[in-house]
Amino acid sequence: MSTIAPERAVPTPRELTTEPRFSDKVFRAVVTVGGLSSLIILGLIALFLGYRGFEVLRQEGFKFLTSSDWSISTDDAGNVLESHFGLAAMLVGTILCSIVAVAIALPISVFSALFLNFYAPGWLKKILVTVIDMMAAFPSILFGIWGFLVLMPSVEYWAKLLHHYFGFLPFFKLEPYVVTRSPFVAGVVLAIMIIPIITSVSREIFSQAPLDRIQAAYALGATRWAMIKAVVIPHGKSGVIGGAMLGLGRAMGETVAVYTVLNIVFQVNWQMLLGAGGNVASLIILKFGEASPYEIKALMAAGLILFFLTLIVNALADVIVRATGRSGR
Amino acid sequence: MTTISAPAPTRPWKASPKDRLRDVALFLFAIVGTYVVVAVTPMKGKLAYFGLFFIFYMALTAGFQWFTRGSAAAKDAFVNSLVAIGAVVTVIPIASIIVTVVVKGSKGLHMGLLTTDMSMSAPTDPIASGGLLHAITGTLTLVVLALIMSIPIGILTALYLTEIRGSLTRPIQFLVQAMSGVPSIVAGLFILSAVLYPITKGYSGFMGALALTILMIPTVARTSQEVLKLIPNDLREAGVALGGTQWRTVAMIVLPAARSGLITAVILGIARIAGETAPILLLTGGGDRVNPNAFSGSIGSLPYYIWKSFNAGSPEAITRAWAGLLVLMVLVLILFSLARLLGTRKVAR
Repeated sequence: MSTIAPERAVPTPRELTTEPRFSDKVFRAVVTVGGLSSLIILGLIALFLGYRGFEVLRQEGFKFLTSSDWSISTDDAGNVLESHFGLAAMLVGTILCSIVAVAIALPISVFSALFLNFYAPGWLKKILVTVIDMMAAFPSILFGIWGFLVLMPSVEYWAKLLHHYFGFLPFFKLEPYVVTRSPFVAGVVLAIMIIPIITSVSREIFSQAPLDRIQAAYALGATRWAMIKAVVIPHGKSGVIGGAMLGLGRAMGETVAVYTVLNIVFQVNWQMLLGAGGNVASLIILKFGEASPYEIKALMAAGLILFFLTLIVNALADVIVRATGRSGR
Repeated sequence: MTTISAPAPTRPWKASPKDRLRDVALFLFAIVGTYVVVAVTPMKGKLAYFGLFFIFYMALTAGFQWFTRGSAAAKDAFVNSLVAIGAVVTVIPIASIIVTVVVKGSKGLHMGLLTTDMSMSAPTDPIASGGLLHAITGTLTLVVLALIMSIPIGILTALYLTEIRGSLTRPIQFLVQAMSGVPSIVAGLFILSAVLYPITKGYSGFMGALALTILMIPTVARTSQEVLKLIPNDLREAGVALGGTQWRTVAMIVLPAARSGLITAVILGIARIAGETAPILLLTGGGDRVNPNAFSGSIGSLPYYIWKSFNAGSPEAITRAWAGLLVLMVLVLILFSLARLLGTRKVAR
């Protein structure tokens, strides 16, 4: 039995550290800067549009939101003699068009989302989901031109029918009797554009409905509708509202599709069937071509208002969708 | 000898021939009823056929269920048809759009469409003169420039949200969501006010590409984030356990594993911006000849060409617009199918 000289190898204590290495520090810094880009870009948008539009906003003050004049007169040298800029008609028009759009799109989207999740056989679901996602990727100019040349005659006919049979309802009132290029037409085109968005958000939310409760409902003898009413709708209600808000935000910011089908008039109009509407984004395209430098500033201010409007709507939508993603689990 | 007789499998939940017959009969009744009502009453047209058919079908199925199985079944049948209407109404516009664009656009196709530009012809000239060359090269230029700028930013944002997960994750997630809602016209106005007026003072493809970048970043970031979330954490832990730094782990393991998904994200981003019109109208000037220099001079693009032809208004010009829409739609469809194809296997095995 040989003994080995007890040579006690005591390792020098290593220093344990969670300090990231240099390469990681660089990596983290780069990625963080990249991640902050969205903050920077959004901040710059608000800053620059505010900076350019400041002069007009200061001159018009609160009237920029409440009056609906849009006129500018210049002398031969291009100096501004008199100008009135007000967005009231455009804001009312934007809200009216997008509310019509959401009112049409929401029931259709919810029904088709229910169909996709709980009624359609697997193969049909796969096809329809692809088709609807594809529709969401279609460019807006396609909807605009198709809406103008193909859809508009039918929609104007529907508008006449609505007025004829439901004219006693306050929101189908029509005075004077002009139905061409009304906010209703724009609303229908926008509805077709946002149906895929609301459908896919609702589908996502509905598919998260707890399976055990669905099966419990069936086990208790519920019909499919009774199950949906008892389980799916309570679970997905606020998520669907969030999806609708997302669609509303998209509808408010839409430019080209609305511009092609809407008759823009600088007068506040709450009648959705009347052929005189307004839209902030379309106003910018309409006036941009021949605008003087000062009017461009007014358009920048209008862009700023639109930016904040869509930002608020989208933020609300995000908060609502996210709140349901967590609950009910 | 005893024989064990195995019971034949039955499927009591499947529709029996009698049930099928009943369904078909109700469907036929609804069609007949629709025709009768349209013939007798003053209600006419496609809308009347469509609306009445659904009302009939709904009433017949719900009524049938009411008498055979009671009110709960009737409600179920009612909702059944309602939900089917929802799906049909969703699909009708897209079918109409595709059919219209193909039918009307194919009239504008001719031999020189992809080899000539519009520098020698006006939108109102006969169809056979001029073509889309300037628009296609212009759109390609814009898209490539936008890609160069938005891919790094988009993927870095996604990496921040999935790999670093610092204290800013929630606010940045929120901001990316908010950014995806920025109207395209606002992005155009921003570039106009921040870059075009103070710095370059002239239209160019680069200005358009900057605006498209703003629109593309959120799409790339959100899709990449979804993909990176799917990469199993084991891979990251294995990388770190082998002594890799986080940088090496992400660059050598996570990103390659997510490659096809990231490509999908980029393709979806291209599909999002290829047809974007509003900022293009503000920023690129829309020239009629091929402009290889993206940094100066107006540049044509497909949406601008469509817009210009559509606004020219004559029948030839409208046909040109449809042909342009056909090319644009085919482009978007190809991109979308590519994204689907790659997206079915988001994580490489």
